[in-house]
Amino acid sequence: MNGVHLTLRELHKGERALEKALLAAAERHHTEHEIHHVAHDLARWSHEHTTRITEAAQHYALDLSGPSDHPAPGPLATLREKAADTVGRRPEPGLLLLRDLRDLHLAAAENSLHWEMLAQAAQATRDDRLLQLASACHPQTLRQMRWTNTMIKNLSPQLLTTVGVGKE
Amino acid sequence: MNATGDRIANPWGERTPYEPGSAWAARTDVRLREGVGEDEVERWVPSASLLHSNGDAMDIAVHGGRIAGVRGRAVDRVNRGRLGPKDLYGWQAGASPDRLTRPMVREGGRLVECDWEHAMGRVVARTKELLEEQGPSAIGFYTTGQLFLEEYYTLAVIARAGIGTHHLDGNTRLCTSTAAEALKETFGCDGQPGSYDDVDHADVIALFGHNMAETQPVLWMRVLDRLEGAAPPRLVCVDPRPTPVARRAAVHLAPRAGTNVALLNALLHEIIRSDRVDHDFVAAHTVGYEELAARVEECTPRWAADVCDVPAAAIEAAAEHLGTAERLLSTVLQGVYQSHQATAAAVQVNNLHLIRGMLGRPGAGVLQMNGQPSAENTRECGADGDLPGFRNWQNDEHVADLARIWNVTPDTIPHYAPPTHAMQMFRYAEQGTLRMLWITGTNPAVSLPELSRIRSVLTDERLFTVVQDLFPTETAQLADVVLPAAAWGEKTGTLTNADRTVHLCDKAVEPPGEARSDLDILLEFAARMDFRDQDDRPLIRWTDAESAFEAWKRCSAGRPCDYTGITYDRLRAGSGIQWPCTDRAPEGTERLYTDGITWAHPDTCESYGKDLVTGASVEPVEYRSLNPDGKAVIKAAEYLPPHEDTTPDFPLQLTTGRTLYHFHTRTKTGRVPELNAAAPEVWAELSAAEAADHGLAEGDLVEVATPRGAVRARLRVTAIRDGMVFLPFHYGYWDTPEGNHPADDKAGRAANETTITDWDPVSKQPLFKTAAARITLVEHGDGTPAPAPTVTASAPVQEGVSGR
Repeated sequence: MNGVHLTLRELHKGERALEKALLAAAERHHTEHEIHHVAHDLARWSHEHTTRITEAAQHYALDLSGPSDHPAPGPLATLREKAADTVGRRPEPGLLLLRDLRDLHLAAAENSLHWEMLAQAAQATRDDRLLQLASACHPQTLRQMRWTNTMIKNLSPQLLTTVGVGKE
Repeated sequence: MNATGDRIANPWGERTPYEPGSAWAARTDVRLREGVGEDEVERWVPSASLLHSNGDAMDIAVHGGRIAGVRGRAVDRVNRGRLGPKDLYGWQAGASPDRLTRPMVREGGRLVECDWEHAMGRVVARTKELLEEQGPSAIGFYTTGQLFLEEYYTLAVIARAGIGTHHLDGNTRLCTSTAAEALKETFGCDGQPGSYDDVDHADVIALFGHNMAETQPVLWMRVLDRLEGAAPPRLVCVDPRPTPVARRAAVHLAPRAGTNVALLNALLHEIIRSDRVDHDFVAAHTVGYEELAARVEECTPRWAADVCDVPAAAIEAAAEHLGTAERLLSTVLQGVYQSHQATAAAVQVNNLHLIRGMLGRPGAGVLQMNGQPSAENTRECGADGDLPGFRNWQNDEHVADLARIWNVTPDTIPHYAPPTHAMQMFRYAEQGTLRMLWITGTNPAVSLPELSRIRSVLTDERLFTVVQDLFPTETAQLADVVLPAAAWGEKTGTLTNADRTVHLCDKAVEPPGEARSDLDILLEFAARMDFRDQDDRPLIRWTDAESAFEAWKRCSAGRPCDYTGITYDRLRAGSGIQWPCTDRAPEGTERLYTDGITWAHPDTCESYGKDLVTGASVEPVEYRSLNPDGKAVIKAAEYLPPHEDTTPDFPLQLTTGRTLYHFHTRTKTGRVPELNAAAPEVWAELSAAEAADHGLAEGDLVEVATPRGAVRARLRVTAIRDGMVFLPFHYGYWDTPEGNHPADDKAGRAANETTITDWDPVSKQPLFKTAAARITLVEHGDGTPAPAPTVTASAPVQEGVSGR
């Protein structure tokens, strides 16, 4: 096991986890419609990344499991969406949303750093396959980060300054 | 005096054929009240259409103190005297007996009439209470695309500098925000590049999701006149419905809903593959070409054929027309703007023009169209989620400039995040953090998606709603305070159409009862709130429409939408003038970008752009390094599958749209006898094959259902693409016993009972044209056809189906 193996493993784990986290956030914030829909779109990128990492890993005698078959949280989903609908009429879930966006951002940032490491290792060893993989995937990871950052920036002013006011 | 004839049955009138480069002849359309002759008209008052975005100039006939009809103005550059059916008949709406004539406030659950003092007192008291308790974030304004420039500008100053809230947007969010966003993404700034005059010169006209025949009938008359003349243009039409445009097209592509980006990427692929690229133009005026070329490399017509369900050969044929055009005019509307990946698709049309060098010369232009008559003004005045004068909220210099004009400190104007868009405002209201919503001239209880949700927000006791309108609309019925407003013809102001033409609408008659102009109402609110500038003088010092216009001119100076060369006198003496109109361009400006891209520089641009998939903002530093010289930005986009796709339970794609005879939620057109009779009741459209599969026939009563709700309608069998059901969105409940909602446990009449709450992450425009539905039989018809128009996109396939 060398550094490239280690990085591919970390990325595989990180992209799988991010896909799952995006889908979970999409469901938890079902009543935040933009979050719900865009998180699904962005989860697809992480899914593709996991597939590509797994394919690439085979060339390094590394057997990774690939994307999860059921990254979405399953039958409980409907129940949680219903729960989201019920609490969706209160301001407090806004704070939970900001926390989730922060966690998604940090998860994407971790992946981004691993892509950076992989790209550097690829350049140092003139490994075109790895470099191509990193060049294809890393920009989308950065876009995932910019999205969470933008949503936090746009939503924070309202969500952080209004909780606790106007209770009946 | 109605020489113009029956323009319900013959909406586009007689032809005046012409050839490329020659002038479009005048044809004066007139319609007057029965018994009034043209020579008996006491006054003709200058005005322009307020029932669509074309900006057709007309004069209002006044007889006996009442509006007695309209006459198209032959000298005007936009319509050369022509009028569409909504204008020829629509002027009657203002005289409807059920106009709101007194303010109303909610008392014990009921709306009761009161005087202005009481109603305004209540609005002001609640505003002050909320400012005290929570601050500006509690207060939001939801306006329209149907007021005048002077009213939007006043509203923008009240909201941004008076209250200091982020929450001001227009229903233009539903109709035109993608047009604005696409222009910002490509050209760094809003502003229509092309001109209607381009129709006179084009050899290919491509209409993307734009049923021009019904949305801008006078512009379509112009195209029809070209089609009948020598050297007619070739039309390329992208539309899933058999529109009048599709029937005249050389190539008609009817893609699956939600696949516009795939289709456009394939068209761009073909242009690049066949090297119909203007490389000199690309090098001189753009950045980003390589990224686009790489992005569309794999997007072959064969690939897109599978995604879009259109023949690859048809895509190739369309690309051949686009690629060989010498003067290409493209127009874009709701089929793109209200569909999945709205901005990404609209931007690809801009890209088509950039890579072909089709910009800034006669016949070569882009028209990112508007839906509503004064949507352009909502945008430029900053009443739509932008800062006034196309200023950039991320650029501190722009905010400081605005603060200087208003004589306030820059931190008075919220600019730490983008202005809140309408869908987000309703979300904040749903959460209970936005607690007052002042709605001017629009009807969200019918026009927003997923109406059961919208009704629950509007009726939530935590939300104080003020509704300012002409009629007791569905929304007004749910309000806490209702303010009666003056209508078109009863007040003065300007409006600007989709090709930047500014028209003056003068007051012709008095408003009924105690109704007041929207401007007066807003000015009184500002006075009662006692908004002050930093020298403790009143923040708003204008007192009427003309002085508001002069104030706006100062705000527009030096920006792309520069009005400084326009005066009320000039507009009265002549007719429409296209902005920018300045000392240097006193006659106005026909086309933008005739000599390079002018408003994309990092220091002057309105926006640094967004990610076309995620909507994430591009940061200033990033933009500066990408586009240091302010060229047009070619932005590529990948195709994403629609968010709501068909399933075995909901096997049909649902799309909603409009008909020629109605506007918005029928508030006016439903009260005009001729227009109402032309399309009196909601209907549903299905193809013949799809109808047969479902065991359905013309005139059957059906239910169209989605996970959100259902609509009950008579079925019209048309040549719409298979697998799709269409519902017109105009119909609501004001003329039903329930008044503002469907009968309990029954399917509704409003298409938006069924639509999904989803919006384009870039432009924030709701998606009314990408959802999944099922259709079921309620009862077979008795052979009577559906109550749908027959000369438009809803034309029946079955011969012998009559009606209008």
